[in-house]
Amino acid sequence: MTEIISTLKEFIADEILKQAGRAIAADEALISSGLIDSFSLMDLALFVEDTFDVRIEDTELNADTFDSLEELAELIQSRQ
Amino acid sequence: MTTFSNILQQFYIESPERVSVILQYPTQDDESLSYKALLDGANAYAQTYAQKGIGQGEVVVLILQHGKDLLYAFWGAILHGAIPSIMPFLTEKLSPERYRADLASLVSVTKPVAIVTYPEFEDNVRDALQDGDSVRDVIVSDQVGDASRPDFNLLGGARHLAEDVVLLQHSSGTTGLQKGVALSHQAVLNQLEAYGDSIQVDTEKDVIVSWLPLYHDMGLIASFLLPILSGIPLVLISPFDWVRAPYKLMQSVSKYKGTLTWLPNFAYVFCARKIRGRHIEGVDLSSWRVIINCSEPVRWESHQAFYEAFKDYGLKLEALQTSYAMAENTFSVTQSDLCCPPAVDEIDAELFVKERLAQPPTNGATAMTMMSSGKPISNTSVRVLDVDGNDVPERVIGEIALQSNCMLNGYFNRPDITEKAFKDGWYITGDYGYYADGELYVSGRKKEMIIVGGKNIYPQDIETLVYEVPGVHAGRAVAFGIYDERSGTEEVVVVAESELTDEAAQFKLADDVRKHVTINSAVALRYVKIVPAKWIIKTSSGKAARTGNKEKYLEEIAI
Repeated sequence: MTEIISTLKEFIADEILKQAGRAIAADEALISSGLIDSFSLMDLALFVEDTFDVRIEDTELNADTFDSLEELAELIQSRQ
Repeated sequence: MTTFSNILQQFYIESPERVSVILQYPTQDDESLSYKALLDGANAYAQTYAQKGIGQGEVVVLILQHGKDLLYAFWGAILHGAIPSIMPFLTEKLSPERYRADLASLVSVTKPVAIVTYPEFEDNVRDALQDGDSVRDVIVSDQVGDASRPDFNLLGGARHLAEDVVLLQHSSGTTGLQKGVALSHQAVLNQLEAYGDSIQVDTEKDVIVSWLPLYHDMGLIASFLLPILSGIPLVLISPFDWVRAPYKLMQSVSKYKGTLTWLPNFAYVFCARKIRGRHIEGVDLSSWRVIINCSEPVRWESHQAFYEAFKDYGLKLEALQTSYAMAENTFSVTQSDLCCPPAVDEIDAELFVKERLAQPPTNGATAMTMMSSGKPISNTSVRVLDVDGNDVPERVIGEIALQSNCMLNGYFNRPDITEKAFKDGWYITGDYGYYADGELYVSGRKKEMIIVGGKNIYPQDIETLVYEVPGVHAGRAVAFGIYDERSGTEEVVVVAESELTDEAAQFKLADDVRKHVTINSAVALRYVKIVPAKWIIKTSSGKAARTGNKEKYLEEIAI
């Protein structure tokens, strides 16, 4: 779980926010806060699919399904 | 002279069962609306507007999402003779407080008499209203009666003249919302006629497929009014759905044998990068005869990426076309010739920057690839002018000016800025470009607007937001756009001065700026640079010089 979170964190900081090394708390709101915009959500979903070999449907790309690193990691784990 | 009402009446009488719009939803089945269904639904809204005492030429603001209500409320306003204006709906990331402030700023200038929304959004709308403002009614969608047969001759729309204002179109932010482009029936119909010729519309064979939002000119004019007023079936996907599932555009084109689509440049890159083979297995794109790149700078590289990604699915290279358009000319100004891919021009980068010339590169010079936006459509004249207002020769960069019979009536309730927009009867666009072999190449902007994914963003609105962040002083920040190859569009950059020297404190301030701008504007801000005092270059009048600061920023990050 910690490993998944740190992999996700690194991808989001480097590739989406373009701020390498940026700290993101495991429970920090990502989508509802606007930190990750709708265009970048697709990038995140594709990264998750490639890295963890799980599928996230496009209807799930919203804050109701996951809004933090923790919630996304849980979702990934539950599907592995 | 013809008006929208006349045209709708004709469809209603002559071909009521003809398919007008096919609405697609994320999880429900597609819903097909005939002209009869569309106009019966619209009549329910028209009757409601009448009961509320909304008068001819009064403005109704629509705050509705993708779906039947938005269509009915819009066409209902047209039938009734009121002026509809579609406002973007609140998004997940946007702060409701800012949304209400934006709505209040729209109300203050446009002075709508009614706002149409959903019951669950009514409180948000009412909270934005003030005693004594122009809004008399908030019309809630579930209070609107049943669909019924319109009596066109009794409806207010029948009394409109061709030169009357038929609709308003706004761009985003405080500045954009206070600058509604008012278009007449005649202007829109002149545009549709001239533009329709240039893209060789065939009402018997064409099918338009679009995911574009209807508050945007490319969505509203090319991908909504053009099909509905011409009798071309329109397949409409929700913009929010498309962003999460861009492959649905390809699936829809394949399913309905779509022929025409308009896209902003970033969408070519977005589709090419994010659509996977498993999402489009068996898709056939061979019916797609024209895909038009428009509403932000057009890039040859983006067309190449799109073509490479989808050529194996039947996409034709010559389907990829370009147009230069703006709401002030209703929509299109130029259109590339459909015969072949748009012309590509290699020019000398140094001469372009230093001498404002577009010349082929000489030995070893760095080249820039420009893609043509085509030739003026038949009703529009385009000139390229120097600072004194004289025409410049081919391959010299100047400011683009235009004249046509489809220009805006004016910025609504803003005679001050309407007058400033024209010079000697020519609309001065604020865009730079050049002619080569009779084709127009748009090469940059004099106006400081930033275009992000096709959306016009005014830097002054972003700067005002930055000043609201504790730790940033008014006048000590600047916003501008830089082109991002990877996303195929401009990204907003904010540079803000601060006395903070501690790195962690600077990171925190940058974060505060990002968050505040993101939840209060139409953009997701990523690039923030905190700099020491006196970094920002000011003009003689004390304003931040955006171009100079952009150059300074690009030099610093390149090191």
